[in-house]
Amino acid sequence: MADDAATDTAVDEAPEVATDEEREALLSVFSAELGEAVVAHEIKPGLGLWIRVATEAWPAAAEVAAKAADCGWFDFLSAIDWLPSPYGRYEDSSLDVPFPPPMPDRSAAVPGYTGGDTRLQVLASAARMGTSLRVLLKADVPDDDPVVGTWIRTFAGAAWHERETAEMFGIRFGGNADLRNMYLPTEFEGHPLRKEFPLLARVVKPWPGIVDVEPMPGGGDDEDEATEGGEES
Amino acid sequence: MTAVELSYWQQTVFRVLGVLVAVILPAGGFVYVFLFKMMSFMQSRLGPMEAGPYGSMQLLAEVGKFLQKEDIVPEKADRRLFFLAPYIVLASTFLLLVVMPFGPDAYFTNLDTGIFLAMGLSSISVIGILIAGWASASKYALIGGLRAAGQLIAYELPMVLAVVGVVIQAGTLNLQGIVTAQHSGEIFGFGGIGNPFIITQLVGFFVFLTATQAELTQTPFDMPVAESEIVTGYITEYSGLRFLLFFIGEFATAGAFAAIAATLFLGGWAVPFVDLDDDIMNIAGPLVLFGKMMLVGFLIFWVRFTFPRFREDQLQAFAWKFLIPISLVNILATMVLKVAF
Amino acid sequence: MTGTLTEAQQLAYANAQAADGRVNVDLETDEGMTLNMGPQHPATHGTLRVIAKLDGEQVVSADVMCGYMHRGYEKLCEVRSYPQINTLVNRIDWLGSFANEVPFILAAEQLMGVEAPPRAMWIRTLFFELSRIANLSLFIGDLALQLGAQTPAFYAFRDREFVLNQIESVTGGRFHPNFDRIGGLKDDLPKGWIADTKAAMSRLRAYCDEMEDLVYGNEIFQTRTRGIGIIPAGVAQSYGLSGANLRGSGVDWDLRRDANIGLAYDQLDWKVWTHPDGDSFSRSWVRLQEVREATKMVDQLCDGMPAGPIMAKVPRIIKVPEGEAYVVTENPLGQMGYYLVSKGDTGPFRVKIRTASFNNISVVPWVLRGVYVPDIIAILASLYFILGDIDK
Repeated sequence: MADDAATDTAVDEAPEVATDEEREALLSVFSAELGEAVVAHEIKPGLGLWIRVATEAWPAAAEVAAKAADCGWFDFLSAIDWLPSPYGRYEDSSLDVPFPPPMPDRSAAVPGYTGGDTRLQVLASAARMGTSLRVLLKADVPDDDPVVGTWIRTFAGAAWHERETAEMFGIRFGGNADLRNMYLPTEFEGHPLRKEFPLLARVVKPWPGIVDVEPMPGGGDDEDEATEGGEES
Repeated sequence: MTAVELSYWQQTVFRVLGVLVAVILPAGGFVYVFLFKMMSFMQSRLGPMEAGPYGSMQLLAEVGKFLQKEDIVPEKADRRLFFLAPYIVLASTFLLLVVMPFGPDAYFTNLDTGIFLAMGLSSISVIGILIAGWASASKYALIGGLRAAGQLIAYELPMVLAVVGVVIQAGTLNLQGIVTAQHSGEIFGFGGIGNPFIITQLVGFFVFLTATQAELTQTPFDMPVAESEIVTGYITEYSGLRFLLFFIGEFATAGAFAAIAATLFLGGWAVPFVDLDDDIMNIAGPLVLFGKMMLVGFLIFWVRFTFPRFREDQLQAFAWKFLIPISLVNILATMVLKVAF
Repeated sequence: MTGTLTEAQQLAYANAQAADGRVNVDLETDEGMTLNMGPQHPATHGTLRVIAKLDGEQVVSADVMCGYMHRGYEKLCEVRSYPQINTLVNRIDWLGSFANEVPFILAAEQLMGVEAPPRAMWIRTLFFELSRIANLSLFIGDLALQLGAQTPAFYAFRDREFVLNQIESVTGGRFHPNFDRIGGLKDDLPKGWIADTKAAMSRLRAYCDEMEDLVYGNEIFQTRTRGIGIIPAGVAQSYGLSGANLRGSGVDWDLRRDANIGLAYDQLDWKVWTHPDGDSFSRSWVRLQEVREATKMVDQLCDGMPAGPIMAKVPRIIKVPEGEAYVVTENPLGQMGYYLVSKGDTGPFRVKIRTASFNNISVVPWVLRGVYVPDIIAILASLYFILGDIDK
């Protein structure tokens, strides 16, 4: 595999970098099998392949990955909440932010690679054994009724990941009846990895690390100035 | 017994004290020498070092600790049986030593059916263990108790069969008689060192030791107390004094079985080549026997610290498919040779 | 930040705190017996709870409950800065802590477009392998302990000490080195360290030989593990098993060899071990071989260490450009990956931590059906999990 991860920058999309033929081939398999359902895709040269499929095609995408694309090794399944956190990054926020803070508007949710129209997206990965080739699949989760199809018919290992995603994001997986909480108590209210869920420990006691940033010895430099880190021996 | 005439009650007191010493001393010795020290040295550590010189008082500290602990009885336990169980286990250990000869005249009773009685008494502890497992009202204890029952019954058989070989060769069930037979015996006509039955009954000795290991629920046969599976099996719910009783029972039984093995196979209290006056041997005999017990104990505990444990069904298969046939063959061979010579 | 919580939030917080208190829920059913192992049980290193429905001593069905150690790292990462997360992720697989840092740092470096100098990469590889040894050498002793042999566990702790000493003398931490930095490493190696490490490695090879005789060669060990808990490659694949659990099922896949993510593995002479059987023994055996390979790799890494700086040029306050990256490495327990989403801030927007043990243990309900109670222990021990790696 021509992985030059450490030398590539993620933002570098210069066309002279050769695209990975295997990833292209993989993408074409998905396009051929799913047709219109492949909504968007992105190939980072030498780094990875992202494919966003339509919500209805989510279980079918797993099927394609396992069978036609020969990526039968289940990696993980999770979700991303693209809403910016109303609490900010705590160490940056001033101490007198009202609690609970005003919730950000739904339109503030900006999806990452391969775009998207909804606030929540499911994200999963499958790999081809024996290689470093893996495909990252995404699908939108409807805002009003967060339900997507289940992967457990294709990947038995997805059961636990779907349980985890269900409790952390409140996404339900149609066809997976066993969505008990994985980590949290059964009576737990809320979905901790949604952005509006406060990190309660931080709410109760402010992060003590706020005052911890000391200037480097001999430098009154501001944050953008690059310094040679680490003393050479 | 010999020099002074004691009245019956004096003899009784003397014997009770004697049994106490005979139970506690080997148990304590085994715990300190093998469990505390030998295991530690084998595992490249020092073991207890603080209480007394080289930690020799550690045992007393442990006993003190257990006596102080709260005695917890599970809420749903059958209290009466729960209290009774450790005493039954310990009682069988005490009774085992009743028939043990420590010298020409140093014994508690000299029964003609000595070894037969010892084998019978040793199986009483199964009842205690089963009671403990049932009365604790705990699933771990129940599984442990049932495993123990199955295991102890399965290993009674090879043990008894191994003893039968010795009995055939000695021609007596009397333990004193077995010692004498070894001391004055001959191996195929050669009488130089007597005949410790370990030489002619080597197979029996190993079968006996293996069965002992299982009877004592020591690794590799420690499924009844397998701490990584069922916590500590039938003693899971016991604490404080009652746990201590089980603990003493375990090591005292180890001592008792070591004594039986030493008597049956290593010549008991007698020393080869040496024919001393009975009065001297009455004093030296117990020490000789204790030394031989330590030797057997060393083997038992060496195996314990080295091996992983069997699974329950594998253990049963080992008893029924390997140990019992081999001890039957041993009996057959012994009979044939006994008749031939 | 101060403020009042809503009643529901307070309740949720209290519930989370009380989760540990409710350990023994009554699970009696009509037929058979339900045996609850854990969360406090000697066999589960940590607080894993296995609920097995038994018929006699045979398991009819089993379920695994985790979460007793859930620390919410994915949520915590969203409010931490990158250097702080480095400290945090050390606690995921606490026996091979350094290995947790590497994929995270690599993911951040990938997004930043920073390349660590070659020497830093070599030392990273070196410590990656040292944490593998620290982790897996303990596994061997632990496995024997779970199967009832006490002594090998002490040998494991004794010889693991040599590795921990080496890690400590460089990083200052025995368990949690927190040594990796975006762009390089915290410090260079101290003087004389290379020679000490090579001595330690030969000591560990002797340990492997000893364990091969004492544990793996033991007949009882073999009867307890061979043919027990067989996981075919197809099942392993669909559950996403990785590491020795996958290679023990005969799959020849090791990301150290098959994915070049900048670590120095392509310059070393080593071998990926597999075993075709897929049972408890083969998984354990593969791990033993991996310890051996790792000691050889460390020797080679010590010999071929390039000179040069250990830190690339990075801004003092680290802000990672917007983007997404997914980096997976072959950690001691299996494949560990971080899906890092950055919005150009001092900390990540979202981190999905793909831990090996979570997938490895998810196969337990499948593999436990029909085995005996003692086999539960043998299988759990041979699948080898770290609770922090399951619960995150």
